[in-house]
Amino acid sequence: MIGTGILRGMAVTAKNFVGSYFDKERLTTVQYPEERIPLPENSRNFPFLIFDGEDAQAGLRCVACQICEKECPPQCIYIIKSKDKKPDYVGKPQFYPAIFDIDISVCMSCQICVEVCPFEAIKMDKVFELSKRERFDALLMRKTELAKSNEYYHEIHPIEAAEVDGNLAAAAAAAAAKKKAAAAVAATSAVTPPTSS
Amino acid sequence: MSVGFQELAAAPPPMTSRLEGELLEISMGPQHPSTHGVFRMNVALEGEIVRKLKPVFGYLHRNHEKIGENTSYLGSMPYTDRLDYFCSMTNNWAYALSVEKLAGIEVPERAEYLRVILAELTRLQNHASLLGFLLSDMGAWGTPLMYAFREREKILDLFESLSGSRMMCDFMRFGGCRVDASEEWLGRARKIAEAFPKFLDEFEQLILSNEIVIMRTQHVGKLSAELAINAGITGPMLRASGVNYDIRKVDGYGIYPRFKFRVPLGDHGDCYDRLMMRSLEMRESLAILKQAFAEIPAGPITNPKVKIRAFKPPVGEAYGRIEGPKGELGFYLISDGSASPYRYRVRPPSFINLTILEDLCLGHTVADVMVILGSIDIVMGEVDR
Repeated sequence: MIGTGILRGMAVTAKNFVGSYFDKERLTTVQYPEERIPLPENSRNFPFLIFDGEDAQAGLRCVACQICEKECPPQCIYIIKSKDKKPDYVGKPQFYPAIFDIDISVCMSCQICVEVCPFEAIKMDKVFELSKRERFDALLMRKTELAKSNEYYHEIHPIEAAEVDGNLAAAAAAAAAKKKAAAAVAATSAVTPPTSS
Repeated sequence: MSVGFQELAAAPPPMTSRLEGELLEISMGPQHPSTHGVFRMNVALEGEIVRKLKPVFGYLHRNHEKIGENTSYLGSMPYTDRLDYFCSMTNNWAYALSVEKLAGIEVPERAEYLRVILAELTRLQNHASLLGFLLSDMGAWGTPLMYAFREREKILDLFESLSGSRMMCDFMRFGGCRVDASEEWLGRARKIAEAFPKFLDEFEQLILSNEIVIMRTQHVGKLSAELAINAGITGPMLRASGVNYDIRKVDGYGIYPRFKFRVPLGDHGDCYDRLMMRSLEMRESLAILKQAFAEIPAGPITNPKVKIRAFKPPVGEAYGRIEGPKGELGFYLISDGSASPYRYRVRPPSFINLTILEDLCLGHTVADVMVILGSIDIVMGEVDR
């Protein structure tokens, strides 16, 4: 009989309508600004720079090697390397970025900069409510706006951050051990200088 | 009212004497809600019947291929997400596959399984949302589309928790994948795949026996197998015309030969067949997913020999293709040994499937044009590149 197909379809809509009052499966929307679904751990948006310690600018892990600038597919990163070196948070003299800008109106959140960074200095942020009233300067993030603390990184990506900290600590320990070994070798060679014939 | 495709192919029907030479030319699109993006059709109408149709594309041209020739091999990967923005996972796979062919890179077992799982999930969400859009083109505004999007949303949530982004996943890498899937993620994905048939049953009850859907789609936009083959149509559209050609079976790329699945085939090649084809393909995808979840081994997901930076494949050329949800998606690369390809060419399924739009639409009413366009399954990001 003609019309039965439509009625069968209507049964489905009726089931969904009534179900949306009782079943979480059928009502999946949330009232956004008041109610928010927590973002998954891996969620990514725009890059930021990590600093250690108290001072945001002195503690930046970035050493201005410019690898991310070269690898960035849409070329949204702009870095000017410093002329001088200054001690980083562990006291080792390093170059630092005199200028580090990310144009987030160009950035496409691909996280290739994070993958290529050998210093774990740049990571992906989770903030997404970034609407601005002005589209040029307001969307150009300077070094000061990009710097965020390691604690903040732990807050947004807890598992990943713990892993990164572990890797960094292991690398630091390895470097310290190597230094110690080198010092020991230097000490032994100092004690027994090579005899010149 | 409609004139069958066969008669039209034989000889163009004569104009009526009353309206001779007075075809009404209208421009549908580029800002038309049913054109699936910025796509324009110059249609010449006689009354309500389409007599001529000229597709106009290029509104979304982004210079994809030239950008690909100027950036590094890895740098093109996030751009491929933006081709067919519904299926970024399969786009990634097609590109990764051609680079792997070019450089002779092995892919670890677990990564292959992950790729299959993600590609089939992509197929599910693409076909589900296509059914919704097609119904919305027919005038069922909102309801079926929202039901389809509810399911799609679950799959997008899976993508987000794995890759970090819902649509622009940028997940595959040469010789593997970027992130490993946890057991918890696999469990969630398995649960969603297990619950999916329930949605399919409900959706089929909603639309497939509906008299209006049947009247609007059956015998509309018939595509003969011969024309489909000659025009290079691929994917569900070709199979709806009864041609048994699925690259998963023909090429057996990745680890597809290990899975047992059937290739559904249509009989008439009309819009209804194309609609059914998507529904049936989703069920086959679920069968593949079930096997993949059962068999996925532990192990590494990346090939340690592949460097991320300064990746330079040897001189040569390669064409890698996969069965994307819309058809054969291929990337053709010529390498001159430098860090960026000498030639980078995309073979998009949407664009080539769209070339026969005029043949399908002639003799049908304007309202049918939207249904035919919807059943082709195009995404303008891929057509214009």
